[in-house]
Amino acid sequence: MNLGVSFAAVILVIVIALGGVAGIGAYSLFGIIIPYAAFIVFLVGVTYRIVVWAKSPVPFRIPTTCGQQKSLPWIKSDPLESPHNTPGVIGRMVLEVLFFRSLFRNSKVELREGKPIYGGAKWLWLAGLAFHWSFLIIVLRHLRFFFDPVPAGINLLAALDGLFEIGVPTLFLTDALFLISVTYLFLRRLAIPCLRYISLPADYFPLLLILAIGLSGFLMRHVYKVDLYKVKELALGWVRFQPQIPEGIGWIFYLHLFLVSVLLAYFPMSKLVHMGGVFLSPTRNLANDNRMRRHVNPWNYPVKVHTYEEYEDEFRDKMKAAGIPVEKE
Amino acid sequence: MSLAKLPKPEELSKVSLQPPAKGWMENPAEFKPGTWCYSAAPKNLKTLGLSNPREWKPSDADWKLPENWREIILQGMKERLERFRSFRLFMDICVRCGACADKCHFYIGSGDPKNMPVLRAELLRSVYRRYFTRSGRLLGKMAGARDLTVDVLKEWFYYFYQCTECRRCSIFCPYGIDQAEITMMGRELLNLVGCNINWVLEPAANCFRTGNHLGIQPHGMKDMLDFIAQDVEDRVGVHIEVPLNRKGAEILFVTPSADFFADPGTYTCMGYLMLFKEIGLDYTFSTYASEGGNFGLFTSHEMIKRLNAKIYAEAKRLGVKWILGGECGHMWRVLHQYMDTLNGPADFLEEPVSPITGTKFENAKSTRMVHITEFTADLIWNNKLKLAPRRNDHLRVTFHDSCNPSRAMGLLEEPRYVIRKACNHFYEMPEETIREKTFCCGGGAGLGTDENLEMRLRGGLPRAMAVKHVKEKHGVNRLACICAIDRATLPPLMEYWVPGVEVTGVHELVGNALVMKGEKKRETDLRGEPQPAKEESKNV
Repeated sequence: MNLGVSFAAVILVIVIALGGVAGIGAYSLFGIIIPYAAFIVFLVGVTYRIVVWAKSPVPFRIPTTCGQQKSLPWIKSDPLESPHNTPGVIGRMVLEVLFFRSLFRNSKVELREGKPIYGGAKWLWLAGLAFHWSFLIIVLRHLRFFFDPVPAGINLLAALDGLFEIGVPTLFLTDALFLISVTYLFLRRLAIPCLRYISLPADYFPLLLILAIGLSGFLMRHVYKVDLYKVKELALGWVRFQPQIPEGIGWIFYLHLFLVSVLLAYFPMSKLVHMGGVFLSPTRNLANDNRMRRHVNPWNYPVKVHTYEEYEDEFRDKMKAAGIPVEKE
Repeated sequence: MSLAKLPKPEELSKVSLQPPAKGWMENPAEFKPGTWCYSAAPKNLKTLGLSNPREWKPSDADWKLPENWREIILQGMKERLERFRSFRLFMDICVRCGACADKCHFYIGSGDPKNMPVLRAELLRSVYRRYFTRSGRLLGKMAGARDLTVDVLKEWFYYFYQCTECRRCSIFCPYGIDQAEITMMGRELLNLVGCNINWVLEPAANCFRTGNHLGIQPHGMKDMLDFIAQDVEDRVGVHIEVPLNRKGAEILFVTPSADFFADPGTYTCMGYLMLFKEIGLDYTFSTYASEGGNFGLFTSHEMIKRLNAKIYAEAKRLGVKWILGGECGHMWRVLHQYMDTLNGPADFLEEPVSPITGTKFENAKSTRMVHITEFTADLIWNNKLKLAPRRNDHLRVTFHDSCNPSRAMGLLEEPRYVIRKACNHFYEMPEETIREKTFCCGGGAGLGTDENLEMRLRGGLPRAMAVKHVKEKHGVNRLACICAIDRATLPPLMEYWVPGVEVTGVHELVGNALVMKGEKKRETDLRGEPQPAKEESKNV
């Protein structure tokens, strides 16, 4: 049912876009107003989420250590898995954010005759990495629509991405990787029983939405081609705050754009905010230097304790009889 | 529940990881005997001043909750979301990728899908969405949100007391979401309405009043330590006086009370006493701070602080320079990650320096408390101990990393170095089951009680099977650990799954191997079992 709801939601999004553009021709709505609104929701929403997290105190330093601590000088410590200083923490975060270090540890357990057998399970890591990296590169490539002239870096990125020059226009490698990895992540959710069991509409919906974005983009580039100069004209209009709808951009573009707008608006209220959250995770972004440097809890408050005096008052006679020193004779 | 009443290991290990057909929100928790812990006795709640003391049982239909229990819980959630970034973040960012799912020992051993860390967290997250997020309020179940009902509360109780806060899932999570943190919050909330277990609160109440979990009064503690010293004298021939509450000692030694209360912890304690005697350490035990463990960690952050306070207070009263801590797992999570923050700064102490080797323990210069394996490893490295590892040649040893020293401290090499120097036969378990990936004993976080035995044995299955592997491969007959809960829960686990393997503390091995000045001819090990004669030994 969770899958059905998500699927229906994505279909609805597509129908709205097609009806709005091909049906009633509401170009300004779908080409200017909704994209602007979505972008604002995205920016404000994500900023709000991050500010709320960042403003929440971190009362305790609770890193999860995945390697040897720094202790005696002759014991080799692990500066990245159990960092004891800021450079180490930065290194750990770089590995985590850019290369998904923790996910790389993934294994799969199978029970054979009552014995757990641990096998490798790197596919999730690989697909996750392929998906996130190709998504990032695709977004960066799209920046060519927003700059005139296009910065050299972006052109270079696009050139590298299309290195193999398959087909006309060239197939971007990241487009293929993106579609394959999203499909994998989606099918994985369906195929693995325990994963299917935990999946919510909020898990299927973004995957299907992103898949629809990828497919519509792919179709636009390779099948229902649109005039990219006109698309760029529109994009530059947004950037210069003088948006105008150029004549004759095909419906597929508006479909693609509306799907992206929905994703942007949905982003801040969904699990997709993990993009910002990962940087703030206290089990990863704190150094394992707990006994070296005191961590201050901003809301540490006094508590009721049982003092030594109260203790001795209760047990003084027994202590004296047993020859244990006491404060008051 | 005794081992005899349980199904045979062949039966218990038949676990299916296939989830049921019905969705998890439609499946309320079922309190099957052997899988939950008794509720806390009212007297213990009263000692600690906790809410809603009453007689009740988790299997009862009516839990005698306060009338406004829902408001209490929701208010409690609100406060904790505002106080802990960890809590808010971990409620928000999970993508349910499932990487944590099969990393939990309780899931592997029970197949219950709500023991997948992700789903255990969703039990709380679904309520968070319903009351603290807009999408949850508007979309309800479609957004993965659900109302807080008595059944939901019961489910929390069942599953948050079916998590040992071992943090194994956290190392696999791409965002470092730590189920231990979520379980701690869940238990704090349950405590607000008086839903807690006796195996946690009785030790906590005892610790509050008598200074230790077992409720040992000062004269009793003296008797026990003297008794252990007498055992050392009988087996080793060296007389030891155990200092108690001695002002002006250089070092305060704090260890879990289980170390002087019951086997096999007492053998570890013999090891400590022998070591301190041999190096002439100027130290003292304390009867007031006679517990290293801290069952506050399994109750609430406030309770951690209340119980932990006595350690610094006693160090100050006795005027020691620094503190040395014995072998214990969750004790060291508190000492390493919480003590200085909660009850510091320890400016009345000095930065720890080994009086024997002169080594400065730079890594403990703020908290001023050193782990015994750090201390002993330093002694051995500097050749201050005479060890005869052949005295452990009757033992083929493997090492169980305790959850907290490995995943909250990174204390991995120190105990291994000590073991290697004290024993000739040491074998590691498979890589996926040791160091930061170590598996829990199944009875940590206050779950090590007998009525919960079936669940403990299930949770301990991955650990036990790893031991079985090295037993079959290398003939391992001794499982070493640095945790008092391990020393209490691993013996029945071994008896059930891997008969023939006994459990030992690392300092028992040190005690066996330690050549002491003035010792008699050692015919037995510290357990009184025959020690191999010189000619029988061979190095591997």
